[in-house]
Amino acid sequence: MKRLLWVPVVLIVMALAAWWWQSHRSNTASAAAEDPAIAAMLKDSSTIAKGRYLATAGDCTSCHTAQSGQLYAGGRLLPTPFGNIPASNITPDPDTGLGHWRFDDFWRALHTGVGRDGELLYPAFSYTSFTKITREDAIAIFAYLKSLPSIHEETKPLGLRFPYNVRAGLAAWRALYFKPGVYQADPAHPESWNRGAYLVEGLGHCNECHAPRGAWGGVEKGAQLSGGRIPGMDWYAPDLSTQAHGGLQGWSKQDVVDLLKTGQSSKGVAFGPMADVVANSTQYLSDEDLQAIADYLQSLPARPEPIAEKTSFDSKPLVDQGNSIYVQRCASCHGNDGQGVPGVYPPLDGNSSVLEPTGINATRAVLLGGFAPVTSGNPRPYSMPPYAQQLSDAEVAAVVTFIRRSWSNHAPAVQERDVIKYRHTPMD
Amino acid sequence: MPWVLPLVCMVVGGLAHADRPSVPDTLQQRIAACTTCHGAHGEGSPGSGFFPRLAGKPAGYLALQIQNFQRGLRKYAPMEYTVRQLSPEYIREIAEYFAAQQVPYERPPVPDLAPSFLRRGQQLVTTGDPALKVPPCQACHGKALTGTEPSVPGLVGLPYDYISSQLGSWRTGTRASAAPDCMATIANRLTPADITAVAAWLASHDVPADTHPQPAGSITPPLSCGVLGGQGGGT
Ligand code: HEC
Ligand code: HEC
Ligand code: HEC
Ligand code: HEC
Ligand code: HEC
Repeated sequence: MKRLLWVPVVLIVMALAAWWWQSHRSNTASAAAEDPAIAAMLKDSSTIAKGRYLATAGDCTSCHTAQSGQLYAGGRLLPTPFGNIPASNITPDPDTGLGHWRFDDFWRALHTGVGRDGELLYPAFSYTSFTKITREDAIAIFAYLKSLPSIHEETKPLGLRFPYNVRAGLAAWRALYFKPGVYQADPAHPESWNRGAYLVEGLGHCNECHAPRGAWGGVEKGAQLSGGRIPGMDWYAPDLSTQAHGGLQGWSKQDVVDLLKTGQSSKGVAFGPMADVVANSTQYLSDEDLQAIADYLQSLPARPEPIAEKTSFDSKPLVDQGNSIYVQRCASCHGNDGQGVPGVYPPLDGNSSVLEPTGINATRAVLLGGFAPVTSGNPRPYSMPPYAQQLSDAEVAAVVTFIRRSWSNHAPAVQERDVIKYRHTPMD
Repeated sequence: MPWVLPLVCMVVGGLAHADRPSVPDTLQQRIAACTTCHGAHGEGSPGSGFFPRLAGKPAGYLALQIQNFQRGLRKYAPMEYTVRQLSPEYIREIAEYFAAQQVPYERPPVPDLAPSFLRRGQQLVTTGDPALKVPPCQACHGKALTGTEPSVPGLVGLPYDYISSQLGSWRTGTRASAAPDCMATIANRLTPADITAVAAWLASHDVPADTHPQPAGSITPPLSCGVLGGQGGGT
């Protein structure tokens, strides 16, 4: 009996879906006219220029541009555990993009996560952060998008399984994890701090990656910026607190600014998805905005001391084997003392990517190697060889465990079975 | 003893310094990732040629291939990851480095095939096959098969496995270039036996003394190729 309880739920969901489909079809009518005051702003060249800067800060291209596609014409598929969600074409093309959209439609999408036809949008579109964007900034972004060349490119069909493909089902998720609201400045803090909070929590959507997510893909209250595994990607975005036990413990303001501007700092180098964030977005931010972000991150509180997990696993043999691999393969760049070479090779001692709780980042850094991001501050970066072809899973586990447990580092060991898993994760 | 402190600092500082590697400011040092697979001078991996040789190939061709990996037209996940962030300027500099390298060619083994295969291979290279509408490879890759500036690579000194796998990739869509993609057309017109034949003949062909590519503009491509700016005709 109990097992049949879900039947009415499914019926309701299907009815809602049918309703949505109806409203979707009848609503695609031609656009109503834009409010004249807003229409004038949308044509203003300084508003457009400001919008371009803001769209860069929001890194809209990273999702709304396919690998070899035209800027903002959509097509990239965002992986989720339930299937892929394609990002939309947001160029002003009337049939396939935002051509018929008025500013109010755009505001509703960005601020409340509801599409032009009233459909609920998936939170793979970062509106849980973008809701903090001010109306004035949203007008500028819209003006910029409207100024782009129109590109006719049909948005790819949704790749989600039933029931996740029923948008009405998002209502419950939204009730739990989404609270619309523009950023409210905190008068107890200076202007720069507030600007930083606005950029980090809102436009820059750092929480999309840097926060832990529950089974339903929502960020729990109070867990903001405390680090987390990125769903569907297998990278770990570290805790961003610079205070005691924080993921960026010991980072100065300048270190944060350097990393976001050039892709490298005296404490570490951006790689994986963070390299994309730096290359496409943060390197273009003004020095004041980068200082503001650093101000805000510096104010994040100290974190509780991690409880050392009791384990019967003896990592000593692994560390010894790792030590000899390190001396042979790694010390020539990262140094025997794990200090690296300033401006060239990152230190591994005290490095947040080496120490993060899961060991994913260091393991994948060793398997994949690669370049620090190319930025105008570092146009010809140095690179690290990939070791996937040269070291076995057991050897990678050994050398990663060694760097996680040497010098001042005390992070848990990484085992061979973990390496096997990460060796086969896709690159993106 | 206040004077001890600076002394200790000097000693410790000196020790730490001795520990610190000194890094040459050269392109070769910067591109350690590339040279691990392709060799310090782009000589490629010995034997199988799984990591292809880059040395001496036209710079325009190499730069375009790197961009094709960025665009997802060519597929090999570790390469795609390594090159994804590189700027056009940096790519150009790296391509020029490898194009300028002069390293002797290796002669990896070629499978033992019946002489009829090699004759067929030679025919495809020098005269093509009008029935299959396959033009001679020489028409674009140059009389001596050393390539043509700026974007047609040479076909000399390439291992059998590499040539056959590249022609295979064009057929399966894991390699592509700017449209119209003449090499995809050619690879699809060849039969699998023809691919074996032409790869075997090319791999066993002697490498000429002068391996420099022919000058730009010295060919009239019999098919239109996107990378050659669409010049040339035929279908
Ligand atoms: C993390 C990836 C990501 C980022 C960053 C992102 N978007 Fe999106 N966006 C999406 C996805 C995915 C959708 C489709 C959601 C759906 O179908 O429910 C979307 C949908 C939209 C829509 C609705 C389009 C429609 O046709 O319904 C608009 C408007 C939009 N995004 C604008 C923006 C702007 C402006 C920015 C930058 C400030 C931005 N997006 C940044 C992923 C992203
Ligand atoms: C040729 C010089 C070189 C060698 C050898 C080398 N690395 Fe690296 N390593 C780099 C560079 C450059 C980076 C930054 C670029 C990147 O993250 O890919 C880096 C980054 C890293 C990172 C990520 C840290 C961060 O902040 O980006 C880890 C972990 C790492 N290396 C570990 C190792 C280990 C372990 C070995 C030996 C198995 C090794 N490296 C060998 C040059 C080298
Ligand atoms: C698409 C996911 C993503 C987004 C969005 C993102 N990050 Fe990251 N970030 C990562 C990952 C993964 C790492 C770990 C790899 C590394 O160290 O570069 C990281 C690392 C960092 C680091 C430490 C770098 C180091 O060398 O240890 C800082 C600082 C940082 N991010 C700041 C930010 C800020 C500020 C924002 C918002 C403006 C942001 N990130 C947005 C994924 C992301
Ligand atoms: C993990 C090993 C690996 C790394 C690292 C690597 N490559 Fe490659 N590269 C390959 C393989 C394998 C192929 C052949 C792929 C195929 O079959 O199409 C290739 C193909 C190429 C080609 C095309 C060659 C041709 O003749 O068509 C170029 C050019 C190239 N790589 C340049 C580079 C550069 C530059 C770098 C560094 C930025 C680099 N590669 C890093 C393995 C690697
Ligand atoms: C119409 C001109 C044309 C003809 C005819 C032609 N090719 Fe090509 N070939 C090209 C171009 C252009 C490229 C570079 C493609 C690219 O940019 O990926 C190329 C690339 C290649 C490559 C890749 C080399 C490397 O280093 O990766 C192989 C192998 C090849 N051709 C074999 C052949 C064979 C075999 C024939 C004869 C059956 C042939 N080609 C005939 C134009 C031609």
